Amino acid sequence: MGPPIATIDLRGEPRRLRREQRMRRLFLAAAVVSIVISISIVVSLLGNAISFFTGVDTASLLDVGWFPRRSRFDLITPTAGTTVMSVIAMVVATPLGLGAAIYLSEYAKPRLRRMLKPILEVLAGIPSVVLGFFALLWIGPNIVVDLLHSPKPATILTASIGVGILVTPLVASVSEDALRAVPRSLREASYGLGAKKSTTVRRVVVPAALSGIVASLILGLSRAIGETMVTFMAAGAVGGALRTWNPLDSGTTLTAAIASVATGSDQVAGEALAFDGVFALGITLFFITLGLNWLSDRFVRKVREKY
Amino acid sequence: MGARIERVDTAAVVRGSLQGRRFNPGGLAFEASLLLMLLVSLAVLVTLLADIIGGAIPVFRDRGLDFVTSGITLDSDTAGVWTGLLGSVAITLVVAVVAFPMGIGAAIYLEEYAPGNSMTRFIQTNIRNLAGVPSIVYGLLGLAVFVRLVDLIGLGGSGSTAGRNVVSAGITLAVLVLPIVIITASEALRAVPDAIREAGFGVGATRWEVVRHHVLPAAAPGVLTGTVLALARAFGETAPLLVIGVATGFFSAGSASVFDRLTGTYTALPVVVLSWSRQADPAFKEHLAPAAILVLLVVLFVANAAAITLRNKYDRDW
Repeated sequence: MGPPIATIDLRGEPRRLRREQRMRRLFLAAAVVSIVISISIVVSLLGNAISFFTGVDTASLLDVGWFPRRSRFDLITPTAGTTVMSVIAMVVATPLGLGAAIYLSEYAKPRLRRMLKPILEVLAGIPSVVLGFFALLWIGPNIVVDLLHSPKPATILTASIGVGILVTPLVASVSEDALRAVPRSLREASYGLGAKKSTTVRRVVVPAALSGIVASLILGLSRAIGETMVTFMAAGAVGGALRTWNPLDSGTTLTAAIASVATGSDQVAGEALAFDGVFALGITLFFITLGLNWLSDRFVRKVREKY
Repeated sequence: MGARIERVDTAAVVRGSLQGRRFNPGGLAFEASLLLMLLVSLAVLVTLLADIIGGAIPVFRDRGLDFVTSGITLDSDTAGVWTGLLGSVAITLVVAVVAFPMGIGAAIYLEEYAPGNSMTRFIQTNIRNLAGVPSIVYGLLGLAVFVRLVDLIGLGGSGSTAGRNVVSAGITLAVLVLPIVIITASEALRAVPDAIREAGFGVGATRWEVVRHHVLPAAAPGVLTGTVLALARAFGETAPLLVIGVATGFFSAGSASVFDRLTGTYTALPVVVLSWSRQADPAFKEHLAPAAILVLLVVLFVANAAAITLRNKYDRDW
C-alpha cells in the first residue's frame, strides 16, 4: 500500500485549474457582450434622438409631412404609415398563418404535413429585399392596379400585402407549436363526448392554445412594424411623404423613413438634423418592438406553464 | 372467430348511431378553408419564383455565367453581379469571424458554466430581446458605433466614406445574427445528455476539458447548422447595410488590392437587387434584378441545403 491520498492530491494540477479559470472568464465575457450591445443600442439611439429633439424646431414636428431634407419632421406621418401598414399586413397574415397552422397541426396526415410544411419554411427563408421586389413589380401592377383599380402601383397597400406575406410563416410556425403543445387527452375527451372533428378544433384545441396563438400574432405584428425593405421599395415614397391614413396613397413608415434618409444622395452624415432624426425614429421603433416582444413572451410563457 | 365478426358488427352499429349525420358539410367547409389558406401561401411562393425565374431566364440564356462574373456597370448588356457577390462573401466572412466564436462562447457560458441566478436569467432575457430588435435598428447602431470604431482602429480607409466598409458592415451584421447563433448553439448544447458530462467529471476532467473534448464534439452538428443558417440570414440582409453606407449606385472596384477592397467602398448582392429594382430602365428592373435575385436565392439554397445535410448526417438521438 502506498501513502494515503490527501485532499491536495485530488485538487488537480495548478496549470489545469488556471486554464479552467481563464476559459470561464472568456466565456463569461462573451455572454456579457450581449448586454453591452443592448446598452450601446439604447445609448447611441437615445443620445442622437435627444440632440434631435433639442435641435429641431417644434413646429416642424407637426407640419405637413415627413420631408427631412426640407426640415419637415412630422413624426405622425411615418407613425401613421407604420400603423396602416402593420394593420393591413396582419389582416393578410392572420388568416393565412393561422389557417396553415391549424391545418398542419390538426388535419394534415404526417406524409402530407412533410410535403406542405416546407412551403412555409422556404417562404420564411426568402430575404425581405426579394419580397420587396415582388411587391413592387408583381403585387403592385397585378393586384393593386388591375384588381383593385388603384391609379398607381406603389402604395402603402402594396407594401402591406408584401409584409403580410413575409410575416405569414412566422405566425404559422409559432401558432403551430402552440397547437401541437395541446395535450392529446383534451382532444380525446372532446371526441369522447361525441364532438365532431371541426367542433373539437374550434371549441377545444384553439381555445386551449389561445395564448400561444395570441403570442404568434403579437410577434408577427412586431416583425411587420420592424420590416424595412418591403415598405422602402414598394410603398412609393422617395425622400419623404405627406401625412396620410389612406392605404391607396404612397407613404412611408418608421423603418422606410430611416432607409430613405440613409440612401439619399448626400448620405446620412450630410445633414445633422436629418441624421439625428433617423435615430429618433429608431428609438421609437426599438421601444415599440421591445414592448410587443415582451408581451408575446408573456403569452408564450403562459402556454408553457399550462401544459 | 365468430365472436370477432359479431363484435365488429356491434361496433359498426354503435358507431353509426353515435355519429349521427355522416356527411358533415360544415366540418368539411372548415377543413377546406384551412387548406385553402395553405394553398394560397403555396400559390404566392410559386408566383414569386415563377416571376423571378421568368424574368431571369433571358439574362442567363443570352449571357450564361458571364452575368455572374461581370462587375457592375451602367450598361444593361454587360452588367453583372460579381462586385455584389464579392462584397457579400467578404461581409459574411467577417460575420463568421466575429459571431461564431462570440456566439458559441456565450452559449457555452450560459449552458455549461452559468449559475442559475437572476444575472443568468437577465442575460438570457436580454438575448431573446435582441433577437427581436428590427434589423434597421442594428444599422443605426452600426452607423453610430461600428463605423466610427472601424475608422478609429485604422481599418477605415480614407475620404468621405471612411469607416463605411466591409469590416463595419460585417461587424454590424455579426451583432445582428449573434442572438440567433447563441440561441441555436445553446439548444444544441442542451441536447447533449448530462451523463456525458458526468462521465467526464468522474474521471477528474475540469469543466473546460469536458466541454472541449466531449460536449462540443457531441453538439457540433447542431452548433454548425445554427451558424450556417445565421450566416445565410446575414447574407440576405439589406436594411442595416443601407444605413451604414453601402454604395447603392454604380461604381467599379476595379483591380484594387485586398486591403483596399476591405477598407474601401463596397456593395452587397441584396443591395444590387435593390438598386436594379429601382432603375427606370426596364432591362434592369425586369431582367437583371430577377437574375441577381436568382443568384442570391441559389446561394441561400445551397447554404440551407448544406446545413440540413449536416444536421441529418451527424445529428444523434441520445
